[in-house]
Amino acid sequence: MSQPRREWRLRGSDTSWAIAFLLPYASVFVAFVIYPAAFGLWMGSDPKLYRTLFSDPLYLTTAFNTLLFAAVGVNLQIFGAFLLSGFFMQRGRFRRALLVVYLLPCALPALSAFVSIHYMTVSEMGFADSLWRAITGEDGPLFLVSRWLATSVNIAAYIWKWMPFWTLVFMAARWAIPAEVYEAAAIDGASRMDCFVFVTFPLLANVYLVCTLLAAIWAIGDFSTVYFVSYGAPARETDILATFGFHRAFDFGYPNQGSAAMMSALPFLIPAVILLMRRIRLTGVQL
Amino acid sequence: MLGLALLIWTLIPVYNMFLIALSDDGDEFTGLIWPEDWNWDSFRVVLMQDYWYLEHFWVQFGNSIIIGVASMALTALLASLTAFALGRMRLRHGWIVSDTALLTYILPNAFLVIPFVHLMHVYGLSDSVWSVVAAQVTFATPFAILILHQFGKLIPMEVDEAAKMDGATPIQVYRHVYIPLLAPALIAVGLYAFLLAWNDYLYQFLLLSSPASSTVAVAINQFFNSDEAPWNYMMAVALIYALPPVAVYFILRRFVRSGLTLTRLVR
Repeated sequence: MSQPRREWRLRGSDTSWAIAFLLPYASVFVAFVIYPAAFGLWMGSDPKLYRTLFSDPLYLTTAFNTLLFAAVGVNLQIFGAFLLSGFFMQRGRFRRALLVVYLLPCALPALSAFVSIHYMTVSEMGFADSLWRAITGEDGPLFLVSRWLATSVNIAAYIWKWMPFWTLVFMAARWAIPAEVYEAAAIDGASRMDCFVFVTFPLLANVYLVCTLLAAIWAIGDFSTVYFVSYGAPARETDILATFGFHRAFDFGYPNQGSAAMMSALPFLIPAVILLMRRIRLTGVQL
Repeated sequence: MLGLALLIWTLIPVYNMFLIALSDDGDEFTGLIWPEDWNWDSFRVVLMQDYWYLEHFWVQFGNSIIIGVASMALTALLASLTAFALGRMRLRHGWIVSDTALLTYILPNAFLVIPFVHLMHVYGLSDSVWSVVAAQVTFATPFAILILHQFGKLIPMEVDEAAKMDGATPIQVYRHVYIPLLAPALIAVGLYAFLLAWNDYLYQFLLLSSPASSTVAVAINQFFNSDEAPWNYMMAVALIYALPPVAVYFILRRFVRSGLTLTRLVR
């Protein structure tokens, strides 16, 4: 998808111009990324912090929840977005109107939406249980009292909020596939399923991988979903690293431990970001 | 059938917001899925700042707007300057810059919040909306650079070369060639930065402390953490807070769509 580029060494005033264009962002990067990152790493650099964390059962639960949240939440939303992008690519006024509504969660503030989902599920008089009763005639489950149900609600809320964004990205990628490719496949007698499996998916495989990596990186660092949907309930059993670190730093007054908890995700984040950089550099992904 | 399921899935949390906001005070959790009467008084209370949690509502709303718009403008500016240098000035090792920008995501924004609080004290930006703008621009710009850099590749280099032949300087090429051709993608990344800032709660909560500098997100959290707060007022605030991004989305969606279809047009 990338076109051949001619590159050569800049000379004289061109170099000055290039530096002038790069300087604003470079300053922001040094002031607001390098400095706080170095400070955060220094805060979480004492090995004793990690010994304390790893001996804390709540931290281990939190680490597991983070992995589950990222693995299930990201894969479901990316795969769902990929399939739905095909649904919304088909013509029809209903689909066009539905797309406008479907994209609303992207525009709605996370805070407003997640607080609403919290109140839907927090009590037997919330909307989710009331709807359950209206349909089945029986009492529904108490969503935020069970660890697994509360985790499922967190994941569902995360998917609700972000799947439309990835659907839009996949739609953009599908628009970039030349119509001639599908016409050639149709002439060869390919069915719609054949086109999906042998044309669309291979052509979008790289975009799919990049989206998955980006979504995973963002999900591991997500704060708002768990903080506002389950609020760690029941008994902090659904916390993820970001909310756990926040509570340790600001509610319990242990900023270094909070920092160390968040930094413990680095063994997953560093390879993911390196892989992301390599994919983008090698293939020039068109998002 | 799938369309109907998607419609219900998307709208249920929004419907619940209206259901609570339009309930009488104290009747928010009656187990009804359709209220007996629609009471709009909670919206009046919010708009008139007629409750003690809401006495600075319009100042907070203004601060939210400043943060959103400033984040949008600065992200678009910084990302377009960087993407121009990377894509159009033929930097030999430009990939190092774009890779370095992506390194920001090794430490997600929630992970950097603890050092950020310390950092803003050092920079003298404590309790200033600009501290939140700085944070939002920091986290929005790498993705914006990635998008603009990729879209920029679709604009033929010959366009720049023709302008240079006519004696244009790089800043003139940037202003009169690059920015107009990249406008749809710029609007898309601006919208992304605005929504990112509007979605943020963590940085606003930790960096802004006084009522004069706080935002609507902080006010909603005040309700959320209180056991006695009227939920209907809170949901009315949440719905009003949702209006600007929804309005921006509806206004700019044509541009975003044209930005996303730029690929096809160029091909």
